[in-house]
Amino acid sequence: MKNATVRFGVVVFPGSNCDHDAYQVCKKILGQDAVFLWHKEHSLQAADVVILPGGFSYGDYLRCGAIARFSPVMQEVAAFAADGGLVIGICNGFQILVEAGLLPGVLLRNDSLRFVCRHVHLRVDNAFTPFTGEYAPGEVLTIPIAHGDGNYFVDERTLRELEANGQVVFRYCDATGAVTPEANPNGSLANVAGIVNAEGNVLGMMPHPERASDPLLGYTDGRRLFDSILDHVMSRVVPTSFAEGTFVQQK
Amino acid sequence: MMKSALVIHGWIPERGAMIHSRIHVTLRPSILDPQGKAVSHAIGTLGIAGVSTVRMGKYVEVTFEGNDVAAARAATEEICRKLLANPVMEDYRFEVENEG
Repeated sequence: MKNATVRFGVVVFPGSNCDHDAYQVCKKILGQDAVFLWHKEHSLQAADVVILPGGFSYGDYLRCGAIARFSPVMQEVAAFAADGGLVIGICNGFQILVEAGLLPGVLLRNDSLRFVCRHVHLRVDNAFTPFTGEYAPGEVLTIPIAHGDGNYFVDERTLRELEANGQVVFRYCDATGAVTPEANPNGSLANVAGIVNAEGNVLGMMPHPERASDPLLGYTDGRRLFDSILDHVMSRVVPTSFAEGTFVQQK
Repeated sequence: MMKSALVIHGWIPERGAMIHSRIHVTLRPSILDPQGKAVSHAIGTLGIAGVSTVRMGKYVEVTFEGNDVAAARAATEEICRKLLANPVMEDYRFEVENEG
């Protein structure tokens, strides 16, 4: 089945500030359909893919993402995800997904206590998800981060499960792809930068692929994440098992 | 004047029927607390010795109308569990006080 265009729904919370970036990428760079979804809406307007953008939803009150998950639109997003719909949470969107229980773990204050805003290297640890099909397993990407609370934490047992299932999609690494403490910008457990749920249809990541999609900005490694989504939605090809795509670092 | 007007309308304000929940949300012991660590260092530079650890948390007061302490306790429990604390990283405890 071929869709003419893919419709991206970009959720807008009070305090979202990467919503227009995501919208521009979908609309102008990818040439697809895109709509904004206000947090009070009860409909996803027939979106094929939902993006929870970065920002400071509800002023980061209580905990980052803690209030946003109670908004009406998030009930729709949860139902959409449960139905197998593709959801990607970027930065604050990732924080919202963990608070909503759509992804495991939590994002703590950066261990440096500093807001970190710079380009980092990411290693693609699973290239067999709907979000990473255009990448090579183990490929090193350059994508910017901009957050104060990106320190991924989860209990040890769950981390082992995530790794065994190939749910760790991106890790912070150095330019050669080595996952080292020095390459970890925020203290994240096992250098985790992005994960998917067990079904593989919900991705959360702290780095901003939408800020590395327009050639004008100098970096385009993020673009292929959106291209991967397009491939997936247009062809409806589901990887037989995304655990097969797990990249294991050579010792 | 105001007083008699209220009586005429049959409305006597009820005073004091309130319950306070005093809630503490703290990081679980297994969670690193860089904020607490920074404060601990600052205490050191204050010249105060003998502090081994500092752990930061949140203090929340919730006030309920009425005087049903059992209901307030149950509601507080639910508020903590579903909203105020994230069980992955935080614990909570609270006391409920009837200000009769």
